[in-house]
Amino acid sequence: MDFQFKNKKISGILTILPKREVLFEDNISNYSFSHAKSMKLKLAMGYNKQRIAEDGVCSSDLAKFGLEYLINNNLLEKEEIDALIFVSQSPDQFLPPTSNILHGHLDLKQDTLCIDINQGCAGYIIGLQQAFMLLDQDAVKKVVLVVADVLSSKVSKRDRNSYPLIGDAASITIIENDENFSDIFCSIKMDGNGADVLQIPAGGFKMPSNEETAEMVEDDNGNYRSLNNLVMQGDKVFNFVQTEVPPMIKKILERSNTDKDEIDYYLFHQPNRFMLQKLADKIGVDRGKLPSNIVENFGNSSGVTIPTNISYNLGNNLEKNIYNVCLSGFGVGLTWGAIVMKLGRVKFNKIIEF
Amino acid sequence: MKDKVLEILTEIQPDFDFKQNINFIEEGMLDSFDIVNLVTKLDEEFGISIDGMDIIPENFYSVDSIVNLLKKNDVE
Repeated sequence: MDFQFKNKKISGILTILPKREVLFEDNISNYSFSHAKSMKLKLAMGYNKQRIAEDGVCSSDLAKFGLEYLINNNLLEKEEIDALIFVSQSPDQFLPPTSNILHGHLDLKQDTLCIDINQGCAGYIIGLQQAFMLLDQDAVKKVVLVVADVLSSKVSKRDRNSYPLIGDAASITIIENDENFSDIFCSIKMDGNGADVLQIPAGGFKMPSNEETAEMVEDDNGNYRSLNNLVMQGDKVFNFVQTEVPPMIKKILERSNTDKDEIDYYLFHQPNRFMLQKLADKIGVDRGKLPSNIVENFGNSSGVTIPTNISYNLGNNLEKNIYNVCLSGFGVGLTWGAIVMKLGRVKFNKIIEF
Repeated sequence: MKDKVLEILTEIQPDFDFKQNINFIEEGMLDSFDIVNLVTKLDEEFGISIDGMDIIPENFYSVDSIVNLLKKNDVE
């Protein structure tokens, strides 16, 4: 589905990373591979360092820390927040919504709309699209989009398919109206036939967690995981991304009347370096314009990789300059989306540690 | 080209004989991560970028199927 928005901008991005850093080498002995093979994998996929939240730290803890940082540093006023969108696959509880928990913690006004969205790697695109739609309402002048995930605790440490790439993080993006910004083009697509390609089978209402679901089972490739763990069919994810994302990018560039070389940065979700380099080649853009350095430095934090990508690679240059950017996220659902917009002259764009 | 492919395969999986006329995937000689390493090596060695949509098991069943993939990428 295609969307177009007018007179809106991103006015600030803050990424919050847990302080704890885990090295790929620290976990090699957990995988049923030779050391040499694991090291080859590290090079090809870009596995290196991961940020993993301390035990017991929730998505809301990272979000609260970031929101308080913004409020205490006069970068955000509580009274201005008309909507708080929380995108995550790791809510604090089934109910209440984590956005309401944050609302209560910050003591926000009653006229702040709180929305939780269960989305993953395309979550930043979905969250921005919802924020842009809300800003078309007269009552909404400023939206705070929180994207946060602490999924590392749901990934088996003996699963070399998923554990080497996982990361925990949160981000806060401020979105508001601005008549000086040009149109924003957005495209979002879904294919629920691939709902089982990325999933945590147990722990919901359909299959509550119990002793049986906690049993560790070896798969055909020597990985051990239980039904309580995240399971990813990596080959299917790879093929889905290579098949669906390039044509979506081509179409959104055509729709926005933008030549692919006019885009300064392709800031994509980052599952691994290999996948991103193949995407850059397929789209026909220089690999340097499509950064692939987030997973190697921080891990894949699902929907948070795009704002982390922006904060890490553009930093405070984004406070002075304006760039033509193409954002894209793809993953669980299956869901994939892209946005072409101008991004810059923000009030802040930085990373802080929790 | 065939010799170079054999050399790369052996470098990735030294424990197997890739001269055998068997299906490398079905026999467990190459898994998905070996294919990632293989594609990375082939891209570097032949100065190409194998299309992501071609990174499917069928193209890595045998030395001949890998050679065909390279030919598709204009490797002579």
